[in-house]
Amino acid sequence: MSIEVKDVSFVYSPGTAYEIRALDHINLSIPDGQFIGMIGHTGSGKSTLIQHLNALIRPTSGQILYNGEDVWAEGYDRRRLRSQVGLVFQYPEHQLFESDVLSDVCFGPMNQGLSREEAEVQAMKALRQVGFPESEVKRSPFELSGGQKKRVAIAGVLAMNPQILILDEPAAGLDPKGRDEILGQIALLHRERLITIILVSHSMEDMANYAQRMIVMNRGQVAMDGAPGDIFPRIEELEGMGLSAPQITYIMHELAKNGLVVQKDATTVLEARDSILEALGRSRRGRREKTC
Amino acid sequence: MLKDITIGQYYPADSYIHRLDPRTKLIGTLVFIISLFVFEGFFGYIWATIFLAAVIGISKVPFRYIVKGLKAIFVILVFTMVFNILLTPGEALWQWKFIRISREGLVLAVKMGARLIYLVMGSSIMTLTTTPNQLTDGLERLLRPLNRIHVPVHEIAMMMSIALRFIPILMEETDKIMKAQIARGADFESGNLIKKARNMVPLLVPLFISAFRRANDLAMAMEARCYHGGDSRTQMKPLRYRRGDMVAFFILFLYFGAVILFRRGGL
Amino acid sequence: MGIIKALKLGFDYLRYDDDGNVEEKYRAVDDVSLDVEAGEFIAILGHNGSGKSTLAKQINALLLPTEGTIWVDGMDTAKEAEVWRVRQKAGMVFQNPDNQIIGTVVEEDVGFGPENMGVPTDQIWERVNESLEKTRMTAYRNHSPNRLSGGQKQRVAIAGVMAMRPSCIVLDEPTAMLDPIGRREVIAAVKELNEKEGVTVILITHYMEEVLAADRCFVMDKGKIVMTGTPREIFSQVEKLKEYRLDVPQVTLLAHELKEAGLDIPDGILTSEELAGVLCQLK
Repeated sequence: MSIEVKDVSFVYSPGTAYEIRALDHINLSIPDGQFIGMIGHTGSGKSTLIQHLNALIRPTSGQILYNGEDVWAEGYDRRRLRSQVGLVFQYPEHQLFESDVLSDVCFGPMNQGLSREEAEVQAMKALRQVGFPESEVKRSPFELSGGQKKRVAIAGVLAMNPQILILDEPAAGLDPKGRDEILGQIALLHRERLITIILVSHSMEDMANYAQRMIVMNRGQVAMDGAPGDIFPRIEELEGMGLSAPQITYIMHELAKNGLVVQKDATTVLEARDSILEALGRSRRGRREKTC
Repeated sequence: MLKDITIGQYYPADSYIHRLDPRTKLIGTLVFIISLFVFEGFFGYIWATIFLAAVIGISKVPFRYIVKGLKAIFVILVFTMVFNILLTPGEALWQWKFIRISREGLVLAVKMGARLIYLVMGSSIMTLTTTPNQLTDGLERLLRPLNRIHVPVHEIAMMMSIALRFIPILMEETDKIMKAQIARGADFESGNLIKKARNMVPLLVPLFISAFRRANDLAMAMEARCYHGGDSRTQMKPLRYRRGDMVAFFILFLYFGAVILFRRGGL
Repeated sequence: MGIIKALKLGFDYLRYDDDGNVEEKYRAVDDVSLDVEAGEFIAILGHNGSGKSTLAKQINALLLPTEGTIWVDGMDTAKEAEVWRVRQKAGMVFQNPDNQIIGTVVEEDVGFGPENMGVPTDQIWERVNESLEKTRMTAYRNHSPNRLSGGQKQRVAIAGVMAMRPSCIVLDEPTAMLDPIGRREVIAAVKELNEKEGVTVILITHYMEEVLAADRCFVMDKGKIVMTGTPREIFSQVEKLKEYRLDVPQVTLLAHELKEAGLDIPDGILTSEELAGVLCQLK
């Protein structure tokens, strides 16, 4: 269950004055079970790339392989692919349309050919997994808060039982608490359902807190690909791409400059705390762990 | 990208025609179209051809852009010509069973075809050299007298210019919604007409909700910037006739005068 | 009296049933009193649904108070005769950059406000040129808004408000839909207007980093103002902020964690330089 991106390029409006090369010879391999963070400034090609992964866009050149099969080969069932590789877009408003939450989440499973009853079973399961309260499933999705809408949108894709879940900025427009809740829920999905997560975000702090692997996009190319701890210390390169390292990285660098022997690759508040306490010769109280 | 779709077909350039007041161009186009149906003889066609060619030349718009407009009316053009050829009685040039082509029919077909082509080319010149906004402004000013009979001219013009701004945004949004639903297994292509129509619901509901939301936001933003209708409103770019417009009107007058003379003289 | 003053302000959203009777009442703003001096940079913080947007719309007379009074430059916003002057004095920038730009060309949009106010043509041009200059958007004056980035669109919106020569700008989550670059761009523009032009700024946001530039912050929760103070005073109360569904900048959070772990660190650290300075003394 893996995706291979082989030498994929994509050009918008080829042959016109507005020709834009959005993807430029991308090679990527996405094996099972990873939690991948994808980052890049607006226009770096990340949105175009994720739409290639479930065959919403056909590459101008190159191949997308899912489990070794070319998804643009003749006779390939791309509708089935889209239920295996689920893609949740940024704005839930772009997909919610039914009069109640449950029916809306049933839309995907029913498109897969399930009966309404079977679909409801899937939908309820998905809604539970995104932490949506069962008592509210008969409400209209349009009356919900931003955070709840987002949950319903994610459930709408999750109900199709994807192996891979791609989320385009799931935290956009949410307040800090809402953001933590939704990202925590996604992390939980990753752990419990063992599905591959690709999280597109603008926030380096989110990357630091959740991602195991980071893909940094720039000018239609994969500029960096590796563990967050390896990528963040490359502050200057990141800034050259219009990005920045997480605040913690800056603090650790500042401290190191001032002669404190701290781990420069600490990325979360707790890692930083422990490293600083150690450098100052104080005892460590907490375990090293990822915050959620 | 859909963002790049421009409404209308403005061709940016700096020419005498581009700089004319939109009202001049609107009136000019109208006069030209009328002239096409006034003249009858051969000289009229030559005269109109000269006029049109001169305008095209001055406008600096490449000829192929002007011809592009003809594609849209190609079918109509062929139809009119075929009907004129076949259904006009007169001296037969060629006959096969009940199909006959008359000399008069052929002449009429060519004339009608030329008129249609000139009509489209003439109006294309106007839309190619005038931004949609200028057009709206021009229409608003020309139609202002209708205010007296309680036609809300300002409001209609404002609606038109807002539509011009939001059409590309809504097109892009349509594309996004479609993709979001395709990602959930929606099918917008297969099935018969009824099924297709039903499949559009997941696209149309979010689109309408979004459009209403935008309308609501926009109304609030306009109010916050003191918009309260057309009364006591000033304009940043008021329309003013300049010398160039006077010259244009004079040429237009000469052109149309000649057309009437040709008709009288039966040329 | 300051440029904006509110006294015991309250606002109810009403929900009607099919017969037009009031079915539900929702108190969005509750007993809010505040006084903003001319030239101040005020930040209003709060989670989604805390009432901060409702409060903002009352400053601009887009919503009228259910209870209490709000004055803009001494004018009671509830008085109908003053509405247009209130809106000119207190300009407003909204969240969605696409839904507030009316013109199809940047400069025409900036001129929209003055047109509505009945400013003579030559003065409109003066104002437009000046506003574009102040927001550094002059280079884009003939562009279509559709081809600008989110941050640039918001700067156009700000220029459009500036062209009305307001004494106060209210920005209702202007950065919520932007990427980090756009966010920085907009905040920098707002800060510059406040410092150079002396425009009073009321910035509504839930991004904590944006608050650092403010002179004073108000934190809202359930329609009430629950905390007031300088950014430093506000951020020194990490636990309390969490209660209100807000977070603090990571530096402040780290300082807080270190203090909890027993280090001698003052409350309300705002920058990494500050923290480094304090820690080096502990070495």
